[in-house]
Order: sequence, then C-alpha cells, then structure tokens
Amino acid sequence: MTSVAQTIPGEPPHPHHWTPTNAYHGAKLGMWLFLATEILLFSVLFTAFALYRWAYLGEFHDASLNLDWKLGALNTAVLILSSFTAALAVDAAQRGNNKRVKHLLLFTVMCGGIFLVVKYFEYSHKYHIGLFPGVECPVVEAGALHGSEGHGGGADVAEGGHHLEYCWPKDTSGLSEGQREMLVSSKYKMYFGLYYCMTGLHALHVIIGMLLLSWVCFHASRNRFSEKYYTPVELGALYWHLVDLIWIYLFPLLYLVD
Amino acid sequence: MTVHSDVAHNNKNYLNHETTLWSWLSTVDHKRIGLMYLFTITGFFIVGGLAALTMRMELASSGADFLSPEQYNVLFTLHGAIMIFLFIVPGIPATMGNFLLPLMIGAKDVAFPRLNLLSFYIYVVGAFMALYALLNPIDTGWTFYAPYSMQTQSAVILMTGAAFVLGFSSILTGLNFVVTVHRLRCPGMTWDRLPVFVWGLYATAVIQTLATPVIGMTLLLLIVERWLGVGIFNPAMGGDPVLFEHLFWFYSHPVVYIMVLPAFGVVGEIIPVFSRKPLFGYKMVCYASVAIALVGFLVWAHHMLVAGISDTSAIYFSVITFGVAIPTAIKVFNWVSTMYKGSISFDTPMLYAMGFVFLFMIAGTTGIYLATLAVDVFYHDTYFVVAHFHYTIQGGAVIGLIAALHFWFPKMTGKMYNEPLAKIAFVLVFVGFNLTFLPQFVLGMEGMPRRYFDYLPEFEGLHRLSSYGAVVNGFGYTFALLNLLGAWIFSKKQAPANPYNSLSLEWNTQSPPIHENFEETPSVTDYPYAYGTPVEGGGH
Amino acid sequence: MSSHSHEDHHGELGHIVPFAIYRNVLIGLLVLTVITVWVAKAPSMDFGNLNIAIAMVIASVKASIVALYFMHLKFEDKTTWLYAFFPIMLLVLMMGLIFLDNPFRRADQPVEVNDPLAEQLQQI
Repeated sequence: MTSVAQTIPGEPPHPHHWTPTNAYHGAKLGMWLFLATEILLFSVLFTAFALYRWAYLGEFHDASLNLDWKLGALNTAVLILSSFTAALAVDAAQRGNNKRVKHLLLFTVMCGGIFLVVKYFEYSHKYHIGLFPGVECPVVEAGALHGSEGHGGGADVAEGGHHLEYCWPKDTSGLSEGQREMLVSSKYKMYFGLYYCMTGLHALHVIIGMLLLSWVCFHASRNRFSEKYYTPVELGALYWHLVDLIWIYLFPLLYLVD
Repeated sequence: MTVHSDVAHNNKNYLNHETTLWSWLSTVDHKRIGLMYLFTITGFFIVGGLAALTMRMELASSGADFLSPEQYNVLFTLHGAIMIFLFIVPGIPATMGNFLLPLMIGAKDVAFPRLNLLSFYIYVVGAFMALYALLNPIDTGWTFYAPYSMQTQSAVILMTGAAFVLGFSSILTGLNFVVTVHRLRCPGMTWDRLPVFVWGLYATAVIQTLATPVIGMTLLLLIVERWLGVGIFNPAMGGDPVLFEHLFWFYSHPVVYIMVLPAFGVVGEIIPVFSRKPLFGYKMVCYASVAIALVGFLVWAHHMLVAGISDTSAIYFSVITFGVAIPTAIKVFNWVSTMYKGSISFDTPMLYAMGFVFLFMIAGTTGIYLATLAVDVFYHDTYFVVAHFHYTIQGGAVIGLIAALHFWFPKMTGKMYNEPLAKIAFVLVFVGFNLTFLPQFVLGMEGMPRRYFDYLPEFEGLHRLSSYGAVVNGFGYTFALLNLLGAWIFSKKQAPANPYNSLSLEWNTQSPPIHENFEETPSVTDYPYAYGTPVEGGGH
Repeated sequence: MSSHSHEDHHGELGHIVPFAIYRNVLIGLLVLTVITVWVAKAPSMDFGNLNIAIAMVIASVKASIVALYFMHLKFEDKTTWLYAFFPIMLLVLMMGLIFLDNPFRRADQPVEVNDPLAEQLQQI
C-alpha cells in the first residue's frame, strides 16, 4: 500500500484493493459521513441551547446583549469569504493548477486566523469582566455588564467586593446562604456556559481545519495534485465548509436573536 | 452460485504472510486487525466476567460477606463499563465484521485499511484509559447519571474521557464499513445478493457512525461540568439532570442494536446452512435490519419512563417501543420458518444459533413488559431489568459472537475444533446462563432492586440459585474458549475451504484465506441462500 | 456499483463548477447575512416569537447554498444525499422528542389520586 509521499506528483496513489476512481468517490463518501458525525456532535449543543432558551427566555435575552454582534458579523463575513476561496481552491486543483491551490488555501487559512483573533478579543473581554467559567470572580465596575437592569438579580456588589452575579466561583463553600442563593437563581450562567461550549468547540474545529488545509497546502506546493488526483484538496475543503456551516447557525442564534 | 469444494489450497495464507511482530502491529490487513481485536476484547470479557462473578459471590448470601458497599458499587460500574464499552460494542463488528466483511462481498480489504488500524489503536488507548479509571476507582454505574457523577470523588473525567476515545474508534470503524459496502462489492454483488450478515453489519455501521457522536458530546459536557463548573445538568445551577439522561440514552439505546444486529446476521447465516434450506423471507430479513436501526433511534426514553419525564412523552415512548419489536419478530419468524421442514444438523454453531432464538424470545418479550408504562413503574430499576438486558446482550449478542467464532473458526484458523467438547461447553453455557438469569426475573417481580449491595433474607434462595448459575456459565465460557484455543494451537487437521458446504463467498477461498483474500476477484450471480436447489453442490 | 466499472479513464472525476456560480453564491451569502442582521436588529422588524424562526430559516437558506454549490452536493450521488440529510433528521428528532418532555411536565400541578388505599395509608 503506497503512501501519498511515495507516489509520482499528479498521479493518484494505487492501493491494491480499489481503483483510483473508486478511491476518489469512496474518500468523498467517507468525508461526508465524517461531516455527518460532526453535525451530530453539535446537535447536542444546539438541543441543549434550544431547551434552556425555552426555559429561561428572559435571562437568555439579557445575557445575549453582552455579545458584540458587529464582531460576530465580521467573523461571519470572514468565514464566508474563506469558504469561497476554499471552493475556488478545489476548482484550481481540478484544473491542475497547484500554485493557485496553494495561494487560495493560504488565504483560506489566513481567514481562519483572523476569525480566531477576533474570537480571542471577544473571550478576553469577557474574561476581564468575570464572565468566564472556572475563574474566581474579579471586582466588576458598575455598568460593565449589560442586561441586568430590567431583571431582579441586578449587578449588585456583595460583601468583599466580589461580583457574584455573573461568574463561576468553583468553590461556593465560603459564601453565605444569601450569596449562594443569588448564584443559584442566576440563569445567565447557563447561557454563557452554552456559549463557551458552542463557540469553543467551533473554534477547535476552525483550528483543526486550518491544520488540515495547511497540510494540503504543503502538498500543493510540492505539485502533488492534478486533474487526475486532487482528493485531499476536496476533502479538506469539505471539512472547512462544515466549519462555515456551523457558524452560519451559531451567529444568529447567539448574537442576533433576542 | 455453486458450492466450491475444490478451492486450490496452498500453504501461504494471511497468518504466515509475514511473521514478525512488527508485521502484526503495523498490519493493514483486515483479517489480522480482526484477530487483534478478538484477542483484546476476549481479555476484557474475562476481566468483566470476573467482576460479575465476584459480585455474585457476595450476593449469594444475604448480609455483608466480603465486600463493602463502596467496593460493590465500584464492581458493578467496572462490570458494566468494561462489558459494554470494551467488549460488546466493538464485539462482533470489530472482530468477525472486520474479518468477514471484505471476504463476503468479494473485496480485497475494507475501504480505508489504514483507518482500520488507527481505529484499533484508538480502541487500545481508550481501553487503557478506561482500565486506569476503573481501578481508581469509579462508582457511578456505567450510566454516569447526573448529578452524582458531578459530585462523586471518583475518576469520572478519566472514565468519560476513555469512553469518548473509544467512541472515536467505533465511529471510524462504522464509517469504514459503510463506505466498504457501498463501494467495494464485487461484480454481480447487488444489494439483494448480500449475505444477511453484511446487511446486519451495514445497519450497525450506520448506527455506530451517527449515534456515537451524541454520547461523545454528552460525556464531554459532563467533563466540562465537573471541571469548569458549567451547570448544564446540575439542578442547583438551573440545569436539568433528565437532559443528561435524554442525551445519554439517545445513543445508548441505538447502541444495543449495535450489539445485537450483527448477532442477528450471524444467526441468519448459520440457520440456512445447517437446515439446508434457503433463508425464509430473505428480503424481509434485510429490510427488518434497516428498520430496527431506524426505529431504534426513536425509542430511547423508555429507559427514562419513571425518571420524571412528561406523561405525553412517556406515552409516546412506550407505544413506539412496542413498534420496535415488530421487525425483530419478523426475523424470528423467518429463522424458525427456515428450519421448518429443513434437514437439520445439530453442529455446535447451529446449537448456539437455536439457543439464540430461544433466549432472544425471552429477551424481547420481557422488553415489552418493561415498555408497558404501568408495569415499568414497578419493574424499573429492579432485577427484572437486569435479567431482561442480560438476556438480550448475553443471550443475544454474546451467544451470537460465540456462534460466529465456532462457525467461522475453520475459515479463520484453517483448523477444526473438537466438536463433542464444543457441544458440552454449549450445554454448560446455556444451562448456566438460564440458571443465572431466570431467577432474576422472579427476584425483580418480587421487588429486589438492582445495584444493591445487600438484600432482605427472603430473596436469598433465588440469589443463591443465580450465583450457582453464574459459576456454571463462567465455566462454560471458559471451556468453550479453551476448546477453540486448544484446537488452534494443537490441532493438526487441516480444515477444508468449505466444511459446511455453505454458499456465501467467504467459503469460496481457502482456509485460512490468502493475504489478498481471493486468487481472482470473484463474481456472483445469485444470493447466497439457494440451498436445497439443484444448482447447489453440483451433484448432491 | 461495482469496483471495476468504466469510470477508470483519465480526466472526469468530479463536476467542474463554473466560476460564476461560486461568485453568485458568495454574493448571495453576504447579502443574506446583511438581511439576517437587519431583520434581527431593525426595530420595525420585530416579530416576537417568530424572530428566531425567521433567523433560522435564513440561516438554512445560506447553509443550503453552501452545501449545494460550495460542497458540490448538487452533483453528488444519492448515497451522499442520504448521509447529508440523515443527521439533520436526527437533530430534528432529538430536539423534537426532548421538547415533548420538558414543556409538558406538570410538576407544579397537584396530581389527583383516585386511590382507595390512599386514605388508609394516610391514617398509618
């Protein structure tokens, strides 16, 4: 069984158990099946989100105001553009143009990088105001948190200068009954817990996609592909499109719908 | 399709193709990978079985004997997690499926041989993680229900992480098999000429691929909860523990069909051969496999009927669960009709296959009891449930695996096992199994709860009977496996290519097969169940 | 579908899609994104409970054109279509049946017991 590295540039590998054409179609089917598993992976999160949004509609509305929809829209445009260039990369590979494949994939990966940078800014802002699971609660300036005005558990600063409403102290044993009750009654955390799980898992897939496409890009720079063989380009692009697809749903759900 | 008893035999086969340790560890040959899985899961079967025997020793008499309650909780967690995640879920597909699927469709290997090897190593990594976690110890039961799994001081993250890793192995194998069946069938092998074992493997592979990610994500959420304090399933933080159960059982019900669909396929292969009659209603058997896989996705909350779900959903899940029994019943009717007026020979595989039908009848009907809402109120979390699922999993899937091991033993090893000893082992297994679990139905009906370390003295008689049965059962399995192992190592008799005159393609090559499976790519013109017709054997 | 059919000649592996289609899909996606934001944020376009449904419908249109054209699903065989749709069916199933549970629970309502033994039990 020969590996990709050992075969002639432009020629498909020749494993012994199926023809190159069958291998191409089989590999594509395999990737679509893998994408199906990814959809089911995210389904769990979408289901949990749907359930808790139904249960805690007011709190979810308030909490979502803490997200910057402009950054979300920017990220959406970036991913859409990267999907476009990934599709063009497959097109270039189908025409045997390895150089164009390389440039288009580099651009796609760069878009992924921009997405992650924007995400980093979003996360670090929330970290600074204490909206992050597992960290001790910092003191929060009044007005830093949105959405608390209209609902009962406002942005109170409790004893010791700790803002308990919006963060996740891991150990609640040092708190008084009243303080713990404020934590328990807050359903904002459910929103943010799901927010971090969904966007975090998505960001992980962006990273995986970038690594995959970089690897394909490397082979394109070695003129590996041709009209007769471009399976890795197509498979990598399919994976990347899935990353875009998931974000297409995440963006309105998290950032836009109130 | 004619029976080929004249396959040329040469001494080169997949076992002696290359003999270095590295050639085995780096193999992409589906037959070798199947064998490696077989040895590994057998090892875990023994570990899980010993845990069960230890529990049954403790339960043989009322009152504490030699275990503490905490130790007992660890043991039933160990038993469940090992048997399910490390033994029966890989089970028939990873072992017999890997070995036989390409042979049965006339292919040289599965679609992605290197992915196949990766699946095996991912399984090994997950298995070691699980063992380490289980010994550390963990006491939540294999179901990891919230909120206890978030509070207990045991190695939950490690164990659920192990299950996540094992899930990947399952997904990749399922994906591999689906593409294999779609893309690698030999000329003439249309969908309506596939052996029912292949149909069973295909339906299983679909479930494996699509259901497993759900449990993966659910367990990941459990890890995030424990580690980062997110409150998705924690009622103290606004979460719903029943949501965990929904997501858990969304996979864990289809997984039981992963366990048993291949076993249905095995039985469907064995019964026609040893009845010398075509499989009755072949097409319906194939459709039933797919129907079971599909309907299996619709019924999960029958595991949660008394967990606090709404009446509306409880009624729905109860009724639809009655529905999933129908395709299984169709298969049972077809198997029995195949035997009717057949020329039956009671070779060991046939004994196990017939035993399967009997045991699965009990399993299926007691499932209907449990699906009945009013009855489940009393039977849920009692020994009735324990008996029911042991009849399905052990009386079903495990018996199917042992049947398969015996039936295809000549093909895999090139040897024949000792038939009288194998029959004795079967009797021990069958009697021991029923002795273990029939009393447990009664125990359950009388109110004995499951996962209980101790019980009231009035239950002791039946518990003792059950423990005796467990010993006989364990002895029977040991005997059967030692018989097979002994035959492989010591037997000098070369098995013919087709000792049972079977019509499917895997018998159309030597025993054991050559590395490439077939000398030339075969082609077929008929389905593999044309027994008792003039074409068969050419001169019978 | 056998493995040795007449597909194995050089050239035609997958369908080559004209550039114009890719360009149109890109424009369509960006336009639909603008529409999504506008419908969600403009005060005149508040449909209350329907907001989320509208947003999901628009998202599904976007997802469809990505799948059909960028991912070439339009030119793929039936098997690929089956496995592209199956997970969506399962997602709908998962959500649908779980929503048969939580919204219909009656934990806050007292249950009427017509049990003749209940009185006797209460006297114990």
